[in-house]
Amino acid sequence: MKHSGQEIILIALIAAVSCVAVAAPRTLNVQVREACIRAAPSALSAPVATASYGETLSVLEEQGAWIKVRKADSDICGWMPKTSLTPKKVKLSAGEQDAKVSASGGELALAGKGFNSQVEAEFKAKNAKANFAAVDAMEKIRISAQSMQKFLKDGGLTPQQ
Amino acid sequence: MIMLSGIAAICMFAGGCAMLDVATQVGSAVGVATGAITPDQAESLQKTGGAVSKALERFTPENEYYIGRAVTATILADYRVLANAALNEYLNMVGQTLAAFSDKPETFAGYHFTAADSDEINAFAAPGGFVVVTKGLLRCCRNEDALAAVLAHEVAHIQLEHGIQAIKKSRTTTAFAVLGAEAVKNFGGQELADLTEAFEGSISDIVSTLVNSGYSRKQEYEADRTAVVILKRAGYNPNGLREMLEEMAKRLPPEGHGFAKTHPPPELRIKEIAPLLSDAPPMASHPGRQSRFSKAMAGI
Repeated sequence: MKHSGQEIILIALIAAVSCVAVAAPRTLNVQVREACIRAAPSALSAPVATASYGETLSVLEEQGAWIKVRKADSDICGWMPKTSLTPKKVKLSAGEQDAKVSASGGELALAGKGFNSQVEAEFKAKNAKANFAAVDAMEKIRISAQSMQKFLKDGGLTPQQ
Repeated sequence: MIMLSGIAAICMFAGGCAMLDVATQVGSAVGVATGAITPDQAESLQKTGGAVSKALERFTPENEYYIGRAVTATILADYRVLANAALNEYLNMVGQTLAAFSDKPETFAGYHFTAADSDEINAFAAPGGFVVVTKGLLRCCRNEDALAAVLAHEVAHIQLEHGIQAIKKSRTTTAFAVLGAEAVKNFGGQELADLTEAFEGSISDIVSTLVNSGYSRKQEYEADRTAVVILKRAGYNPNGLREMLEEMAKRLPPEGHGFAKTHPPPELRIKEIAPLLSDAPPMASHPGRQSRFSKAMAGI
């Protein structure tokens, strides 16, 4: 069976796309502001490193609602909740221009897009009664994984494994 | 052959485009080749497909965070924060620990809890992880397990994204359209005005649902079921939820504001969760837990 030139081009293209898909390691991007990479798949597990908003991490394995990731160009690895990661691009890499991303088509850096601080400022200007100071105060209370562990122990609480 | 050459040409044209774009283009090519659609229709279809692939399909955690901040700021304009730092610290200790056992242990900027100085029996969970609980509802809790049940129910609403689901579709359509069009540059005057309008509408939709109409019964029962899962994972006795609902039934004014208006009656909620509590042990007091609970709730 003879193939036409166009068919050969098509087959070559499909093969090229497949190779890229197989060879490239799976990566995900951090979509929360301050992400902890933890020693075990639990929010109570000790943090081993932090990952910044938009940082791209390699996926090593999955376990329920948790994903084991590795930081780029390092041996640092640990667990993060699935809901804190997205396959979508969150931030542009250093030196990458918006226009270039646009030209590649389909890629949209999510950070700061949509409802953001700029929109909140507009909302505040129109809604002077809204109590953002109280919300800022709420955000200041943060409980560490270590404090949670102690709180559970002191209260005689034994979490399910 | 026409079809194959069409696909090959489009593959070359598409280069590194997103797969959705390629799929749309291939579909268009097939349609043209088979005479099902005109070349003009195919061009239009490709444009539409491209726009959809570039726009957001859902709010990001960052978007949810800003929605939650504005919803909470609006609620805290009417419900004053209870000036009791020790109690608010304790609520965050219980609440943030419970959130760690949910299926959404992290949000964009974490979970945060506060007590409101109101005798009304009520609680509000805003997207992004903000929870406000009134003094009136705290009085329905006789121990930490019951308090944990209240907070786990609110964490469940956040995990299940019930607040976001209260936003009218027209608002999200506007917001996502602006994003699709303006993805590559800072918002200009008109785009910012459109986005702010969609934002204000979204806040209004959520606040109105939280304060006036309430979530659907289905969503409330779903939040109760999820709360039982979270409580069990953390080691709390889920019978705390039943106990709290029994106390609420005694205290809730039949035609009152707050939970009486926005939630199914406590008796029905107890009936719904009963099958999930069949294996739970009877409530038993733990000295350490009861002591810290009593200390934090003193004066409430």
